[in-house]
Amino acid sequence: MKALRNYLDKIKPNFQEGGKLSMFHSVFDGFETFLFTPSTTSKTGVHIHDSIDSKRTMSVVILALLPALLFGMYNVGYQHYLAVGQLDATSFLTVFMFGFLAVLPKIVVSYGVGLGIEFVVAQWKKHEIQEGFLVSGMLIPMIVPIDTPLWMIAVATAFAVIFAKEIFGGTGMNIFNVALITRAFLFFAYPSMMSGDKVFVRTGDTFGMGAGTIVDGYSGATPLGQIATAADPSVAVVDVLGNPIGTWDYFVGLIPGSIGETSTLAILIGAVILLWTGIASWKTMGSVFIGGAFIVAIFNAFGGSAALETSVWDHLFLGGFAFGAVFMATDPVTSARTETGKYIYGFLVGVIAMLVRVVNPGYPEGMMLAILFMNVFAPLIDYIVVDANIKKRLKRAKVTKA
Amino acid sequence: MSLFSKKNKEIFLGPLSKNNPVIVQVLGICSALAVTAKLEPALVMSLSVTAVLAFANVIISLLRNTIPNRIRIIVQLVVVAALVIIVDQVLKAFAYDVSKQLSVFVGLIITNCILMGRLEAFALGNGPWESFLDGVGNGIGYSIILIIVAFFRELLGSGTLFGFQVVPQFLYDMGYQNNGLMILPPMALITVGCIIWFQRARNKDLQEK
Repeated sequence: MKALRNYLDKIKPNFQEGGKLSMFHSVFDGFETFLFTPSTTSKTGVHIHDSIDSKRTMSVVILALLPALLFGMYNVGYQHYLAVGQLDATSFLTVFMFGFLAVLPKIVVSYGVGLGIEFVVAQWKKHEIQEGFLVSGMLIPMIVPIDTPLWMIAVATAFAVIFAKEIFGGTGMNIFNVALITRAFLFFAYPSMMSGDKVFVRTGDTFGMGAGTIVDGYSGATPLGQIATAADPSVAVVDVLGNPIGTWDYFVGLIPGSIGETSTLAILIGAVILLWTGIASWKTMGSVFIGGAFIVAIFNAFGGSAALETSVWDHLFLGGFAFGAVFMATDPVTSARTETGKYIYGFLVGVIAMLVRVVNPGYPEGMMLAILFMNVFAPLIDYIVVDANIKKRLKRAKVTKA
Repeated sequence: MSLFSKKNKEIFLGPLSKNNPVIVQVLGICSALAVTAKLEPALVMSLSVTAVLAFANVIISLLRNTIPNRIRIIVQLVVVAALVIIVDQVLKAFAYDVSKQLSVFVGLIITNCILMGRLEAFALGNGPWESFLDGVGNGIGYSIILIIVAFFRELLGSGTLFGFQVVPQFLYDMGYQNNGLMILPPMALITVGCIIWFQRARNKDLQEK
């Protein structure tokens, strides 16, 4: 630690005004404040200085994402070796390595493109480098199917960072969740690579690893895809080999799906970290689940199709619902900020996600659209909450006057 | 007064860039979004709007001293509607396929804000020749934007230009795919936004404080 600090202090003059690398001062500044909490304080007025700043906040979120990411890597390998029929003959470590090698390029591309744009813009506008992309860059690889080509991720990330973030003024000013805009761009631009039953399980090899032929009876359809297309309300959801799976499998998450979203268990570990450190709001997170459960209970009462009759637990565990509720609906920038507003915002995210998933025949999953849609309404919710509060207090003031 | 005086040049050239109806006055956006998925309909739409705008401007300018002020909007609408119907019929007769692609949008030229804007703001107060120049200038200003937008949308969304394949096959073999989002209206809006961005970055006097 001491050596690192000394090294930074030694090279610092190069990056300051007049130094030979002064044009990269924001890059240096970004790394320095990432490694060490800056000791600069405000010069005027009285302020309470919290030791946690936004770089530290983002690091905790990354930490919370790790269980889901590691599980996702393992699951990528697991689904692949299941599909080629070699699962029993393959060691745990090989399975994980396969997934690790398959996911790593996506993380590198997402960070490379996103941070590249951030650095250029920061340099150009003479800002500090902002840390918002630290989390977005990790979320992006976790919410795409494993077979999404890298260039598509690069294009979509560039689009999202420029049009959903920098245009609005950078980190903290964006209306929409940047990672979800990336996914929405991919979803609408390249629908064949983002949905269906071909993309969620990697059937080819990764860097020459895990080659094999697909076993007979293989189907890469996700559980939600099967439910959406089922003609019979009492559909039996199966894994890639056709064995029936149930609620427990949905919870643990060894099922086909986008990389980080399948395991509700791993996501819940992340949720505990976020709630325990107080980074995410339990009000938003909880009300998303309540909203989803509420509307599914109503659907269950009516019934009539496979999606309508799927139980509350299954719906909460399947697809990107848990991932969105824990990591994306709680984004402090794009969600509602008033305390009452958080309940309304979260509840409506849950309701709309399930509505899109169940009622709209075109989309088997609705979490992305629900969160983006509510991002638009979050400022309005805040406005109404604040306004209602003002009215309430005005009324009270009048009563005492009379 | 000569036909191509400095003032007339200004009337004609202004709408092409500094006073462009689409990217500066932000008029006629609906049709700019609706017909720009491909270059061919965009081009036909541009010609139709330019023709209607030029002739409507001339006719209203000729009538400007006889139109009672209270009913001028109705008179303008009748003139524009008559011209739009002519254009529509010509398209149906000679370019039926494109006419089907454009569907209602030719008819909707009548509601294009650029038309009413130019008639109200210019033709009612200027002579026929100036009005003609103004109409053609604004028509071309509208056309430039439509064609730029359609160029990018067709190239990236379908890999073609005027229906001819321009993205080579080997790129598709390497895994390139057409961007489906470019075909959808939101990307037209974003493309127009990028053109506005570019325009304002170059012309400092257009930037709002």
